[in-house]
Amino acid sequence: MIEIRDLYKYYGERRALGPLTFAVESGQVIGLLGLNGTGKTTTLRILACDLLPTSGSVIVGGIDVVADPDTVRAKIGYLPDSPPLYPEMTVREYLRFAGQIRGLRRAQLSPRVDEVIQLTELGSVRDDTIATLSHGFRQRIGIAQAIVHKPDLVVLDEPISGLDPVQIVEMRELVRSLKGNHTVIVSSHILSEISETCDRILVIGDGQIIAAGTEAELGARWLSGMRVELVVRHPLNADLPQFWESIRHLDGIVDVTPHEPRESGNDLLNFEVHMRRDVRESIVAFLVQQNFGVLQLSRSHRDLEDVFLQLSDAGNTRTANITDSNAQTEESP
Amino acid sequence: MSQALILARRELGAYLRSPLGAAIIAAVLLIDGILFYWQALSEKLLSAEVLEQFFYNASGTTMIAGILLSMRLLAEERQMGTFTLLNTAPLGDGDIILGKYISAICMLGMMTLLTVYMPLLIFVNGKISVGHILVGYLGLMLLGAATTAIGLFASSLSSSTVVAAIVGAALTGALILEWALARAVDAPLNAILAAMALHHQNFKPFMSGTIDLGCVTYYLVVILFFLVAATKMVEARRWR
Repeated sequence: MIEIRDLYKYYGERRALGPLTFAVESGQVIGLLGLNGTGKTTTLRILACDLLPTSGSVIVGGIDVVADPDTVRAKIGYLPDSPPLYPEMTVREYLRFAGQIRGLRRAQLSPRVDEVIQLTELGSVRDDTIATLSHGFRQRIGIAQAIVHKPDLVVLDEPISGLDPVQIVEMRELVRSLKGNHTVIVSSHILSEISETCDRILVIGDGQIIAAGTEAELGARWLSGMRVELVVRHPLNADLPQFWESIRHLDGIVDVTPHEPRESGNDLLNFEVHMRRDVRESIVAFLVQQNFGVLQLSRSHRDLEDVFLQLSDAGNTRTANITDSNAQTEESP
Repeated sequence: MSQALILARRELGAYLRSPLGAAIIAAVLLIDGILFYWQALSEKLLSAEVLEQFFYNASGTTMIAGILLSMRLLAEERQMGTFTLLNTAPLGDGDIILGKYISAICMLGMMTLLTVYMPLLIFVNGKISVGHILVGYLGLMLLGAATTAIGLFASSLSSSTVVAAIVGAALTGALILEWALARAVDAPLNAILAAMALHHQNFKPFMSGTIDLGCVTYYLVVILFFLVAATKMVEARRWR
């Protein structure tokens, strides 16, 4: 669906992007992860034909964006970091306008606008003026305009920016729902968001792709061991100092870090275990043997954070040469 | 063309829903009305002279309205970030300019139509021909369309509506003042400058009810020149 090769973008003498090379297959949800100012938005703007590259080739659906931008524009839906909305229009008028300028025919227009309103859950505000709507609704309208013409590729720049926790969950569901019908590329600097929403992750640093893969693949390559988070209920007569000592000395354990319990209850313990290798079964067996109740065992979010921090740090000094069979990401020379 | 009409319809809706369009039209009607009462009716003039005076006064307000109506067309889109929507849609640069221009001309036409009660008063109470009125309005629309094209070009240069208005007014002022400059230089330059002046020599025939094809052509050339220049500016800024 996307093939980018040796892409550069310069603003005057300043290099904003490049050398950038990667490819994305159809139907995937791809996360572009990077710190602010690393080139995420520049990459997406070039993909959306909003910005002309300085050099290199960008092919979308087999068409070169520089040679035939209008054909590519018809295949792409783009939500910039700030949704391009006309405040005086109603939601329905705006989506009809967005569909018309992207070539939706009169007969298709009304059914498709209704379909998109339903998909993005804008039904309750369809006849409201955009100026009166909350930020969450505006982001939804932004996504609705990006998909109203059924594009092959949907490009979303920081879609959860400025949303509250409830809106973030709703937006996550909405982005996930686009999978299958569209190839989606989402940018964010929020790690958990990318890992929750995307099939694969492209980590960008200093204008270059420095790593690519699934969260597990990145973790396996960049982390020594793995981390899990546990919530357990201990027996009333448990000798806790002895328990911490014993679990730290289990085979394969690097470290155990207690946390404040997130749930109320004097008999609850919350802790994180850093393992050299996957010894989750041994940990659970040990807890059961000690008469502890295992309430939760989950992969720690710190895994991805550690990968990201390592990669961001590495991106400033060197680049990793990780080629992913699906994303086919190549590192620069 | 159909894409341009879609854009024009949206722009027209924006004009009609925003207070700016109504404020500009209201101000123009007020000033035209006051000038009509104060200058044209208070002096002892023949009815044809009253009509000429009306068109002279209306030409000034029409030029100002043309600049003010067009200043927001592209600058405001950039200011609000909505130009990205047009930028990433499969629209031609010419479609964008044409759509914006058609909407501003429709507003200008509406405004001009609302002044028609003044010539009708002269028609009912004096002795003037319908042709004189129609030719005068043709001149007003051509002059307004030319200043709107200049304003649209100015709007393509900036992301600020205020800067766009200032640049538009400066360009219009420079084109008007060519007439004054023509009086200060020798032949044949004076004739060239006078022929290129936006108002004086090119507008006067319409005021007196005469259609001068040279003047009509002049305004059409000015309109075309600034619309092409605006299209080139959008092209240069859109995809770079």
